[in-house]
Amino acid sequence: MSLLAPVAWAGRAALHLLAGIGRPTIFALQVISHILRPPFYPREFAHALFQVGWFSLPVVGLTALFTGGALALQIYSGGARFNAEVVVPAIVAIGMVRELGPVLGGLMVAARVASSIAAEVGTMKVTEQIDALVTLSTDPIKYLAVPRVLAATLTVPVLVAVGDIIGIAGGWVVGVQRLGFNATTYLVNTVDILEFWDVGSGLVKGAVFGFLVALMGVYHGMNSGRGAQGVGRATKTAVVAASVLIFAANYVLTELFFTS
Amino acid sequence: MIELSGVTKAFGANRVLQRIDLTVPTGTSMVIIGGSGTGKSVLLKCILGLIRPDAGMIRLDGQDVATAEREAFLARFGMLFQGGALFDSLKVWENVAFRLRRGALKRPREEARAIAIEKLRRVGLGPRVADLFPAELSGGMQKRVSLARAICAEPEVIFFDEPTTGLDPIMSGVINALIREIVTEMGATAMTITHDMTSVRAIADHVAMLHGGVIRWTGPVAEMDTTPDPYVQQFIHGRAQGPIESVR
Repeated sequence: MSLLAPVAWAGRAALHLLAGIGRPTIFALQVISHILRPPFYPREFAHALFQVGWFSLPVVGLTALFTGGALALQIYSGGARFNAEVVVPAIVAIGMVRELGPVLGGLMVAARVASSIAAEVGTMKVTEQIDALVTLSTDPIKYLAVPRVLAATLTVPVLVAVGDIIGIAGGWVVGVQRLGFNATTYLVNTVDILEFWDVGSGLVKGAVFGFLVALMGVYHGMNSGRGAQGVGRATKTAVVAASVLIFAANYVLTELFFTS
Repeated sequence: MIELSGVTKAFGANRVLQRIDLTVPTGTSMVIIGGSGTGKSVLLKCILGLIRPDAGMIRLDGQDVATAEREAFLARFGMLFQGGALFDSLKVWENVAFRLRRGALKRPREEARAIAIEKLRRVGLGPRVADLFPAELSGGMQKRVSLARAICAEPEVIFFDEPTTGLDPIMSGVINALIREIVTEMGATAMTITHDMTSVRAIADHVAMLHGGVIRWTGPVAEMDTTPDPYVQQFIHGRAQGPIESVR
């Protein structure tokens, strides 16, 4: 019996892992299929657009502003080692639009939105509001998940775009005010170096990150345990899962976009 | 008529329902009594399809509920949840008229609002409540709103899950009276689960006692006090001594 115990443990762990991957994947496919099929809930969608997009703007903007400024200082300091201070505008621009804008924007949205969605939906679960939806002939995936996931998928790229502009502006302010760059030259260098796909790849990343953030929020909320502890655990798991998935997806997308 | 035959449900090793057979004739009010954790809510959720039974069959007017078209099937039901289960983000009238604002029963906004206000009046709430949010209401008012939502689309079958839990005796009496009146007035089939013996006597035509995963006793409410079944006698008189263990 004791000899079989490690095998049983490994089997349970493997099943747990597979269920942990399979269940969210099936849920994601259900959400995607419901996006395409009526009925649609425009009011819930509009509400989610405001909650995810508009109200995330300050936190994404401030994050981008300080990151752009700090990036300019770091590139200037590092570039000085081989007399390459002049690359500051180019590196800040490419770094922001390709990588830091989408990833930091996605993480900020994960912290703000995945937690809020998981807590809201989790509370609905434990207070039987989701059961009530079903008895009122309303599919919870369609009513709760689709508006939030669609809103996040559409608005996070917009947040990333705004974050890119603010981040580059942060770098420009530091470059001009602290590092002695000419204001016009800095902007010209920035515009010259950027290509369409630098910006476009960041926006695509933003859409994927938005999808993952809202999906994790709704999934963990709908599978919340009982009571305050269950909702708290669902909220924490949603944020952690969304953050890890953002990093993993970022690597996969970067491989896909820039190494082929 | 609701018919359950051999309905079985287990959660892991916990066998909550074991071959339950029960019939609720059309237009009657069945109250299911039993201790906490005996599977009363699970039974209602199995009928509604919120939980899938492991075995057995549930029929509504002869049709197997597992094969029924979901939306049409659910449109025949209304349910009052234990905690009200009102949607926090919607106003009271939007909660009451929820079913009337979407799906096959969709009505124009003003018509749905007028029906919601009429149903609120039916449960003793004035029109000024319609534009409040659930969080602004007392527990008793939330129960009434939930009752108004349950009856808004005039369902054929209404389920009441612990309708008086958490209410003071006077408000419990009000809710019991409302349920009895509404069920009689609408001619609906009702199933209620409760521990509250005052509710049982006020609401029930028939009573079934669920214990240990099986229906221990069922019969007309008038026979409940005289049945020799020791489980029923212990439960309805609230005795600590008897076949039902007080520590579970």
